[in-house]
Amino acid sequence: MILYGILWGEDVNPEEIKVCIMRIEGTNCEDETYNACKAAGCNPELVHLNQLTGHAKDRRDLEEYDALAFPGGFSAGDYVRAGAIFAARVKSSLGKEMRTFVEAEKPIIGICNGFQILVELGLLPATDGISKVPTAALFTNDSGRFECRPTYLKNQGGGKCLFTRKIPRGKVVMFPSAHAEGKLMGDNDRFLDRLEENGQIVFRYVNPDGRPSGYPWNPNGSPGNVAGICNPSGNVLGLMPHPERALDPLTAPDWTRHKKKEGDGMAIFRSMVDSLCR
Amino acid sequence: MMAVAEIKIELKKGVTDPEGQNTKKALELLGFKGIRSVRSIKFFEIELESEGDEAVLACKEMCRKLLANPVIQRYSIHLK
Repeated sequence: MILYGILWGEDVNPEEIKVCIMRIEGTNCEDETYNACKAAGCNPELVHLNQLTGHAKDRRDLEEYDALAFPGGFSAGDYVRAGAIFAARVKSSLGKEMRTFVEAEKPIIGICNGFQILVELGLLPATDGISKVPTAALFTNDSGRFECRPTYLKNQGGGKCLFTRKIPRGKVVMFPSAHAEGKLMGDNDRFLDRLEENGQIVFRYVNPDGRPSGYPWNPNGSPGNVAGICNPSGNVLGLMPHPERALDPLTAPDWTRHKKKEGDGMAIFRSMVDSLCR
Repeated sequence: MMAVAEIKIELKKGVTDPEGQNTKKALELLGFKGIRSVRSIKFFEIELESEGDEAVLACKEMCRKLLANPVIQRYSIHLK
């Protein structure tokens, strides 16, 4: 139906957009992500990795879905490295399907642990295409601690990322951060420059005045205060802070000062739905 | 036939090691003096049915596919 809509330039009914929220043991933000998709009007489904690969009774195919979300959590107990086990399992059992999904430019979002998974999968930053081995790492915060608090993010507005189309360039949003391994590191000195040149930097941590800032505004010590990046074609987004925890304005710590209709995080999911409706 | 492989996953030179640094600080707070540095290293001991070159090759594959991220880590394999 969606293909039909796109081919004929008709509006697609958002309810027909199927979002796969992929989980394994230890994923724990799937319900919030589900609610976010639901609130944005599309049709999410919680799917265990085994449903996509094995001979389960409730077998699903990845290609049935129009978008994919890797939610936050502590998949496989964060053993080995955060996200490494989830990524290795996806790569070995679902590698081909994932590649097809990415190359069809369907939206993929990885939040927090999901971002760590996308990096371990080699789907981000993918500056030179999807890589077999990771070309970046989300490493232990400089503080050596789990950092958990609301963070300000400025949309860098490279213009490519389909998840930020509804957020004006330069706008500051507030999403909560909650992670111990969020420092984005690359495999060479030009890593950040190349991300910048390619318009792959989507969010930077800023202070309340909107200026890029170090600790504590940047909770993890990421060089360049980078909080979220996309792939060169803009359909894959990974970010450490949690937009799905900022859906209702009443959960924002400053809700009495800023009367908002909805939480800042909704814009991410609305952008995703919007991009699939066209 | 059996081999026990010891796999050490270390941070590459130049990658700061917050766990090591924090541990150093904690040890100093406990009164230990003269600590030059503390590095955190991950160590896996894997029992294998294979041995020799075959075992080493399998371990390399394990490091490549899961145990090490080449951006920040390097690995070494030792058969016991």
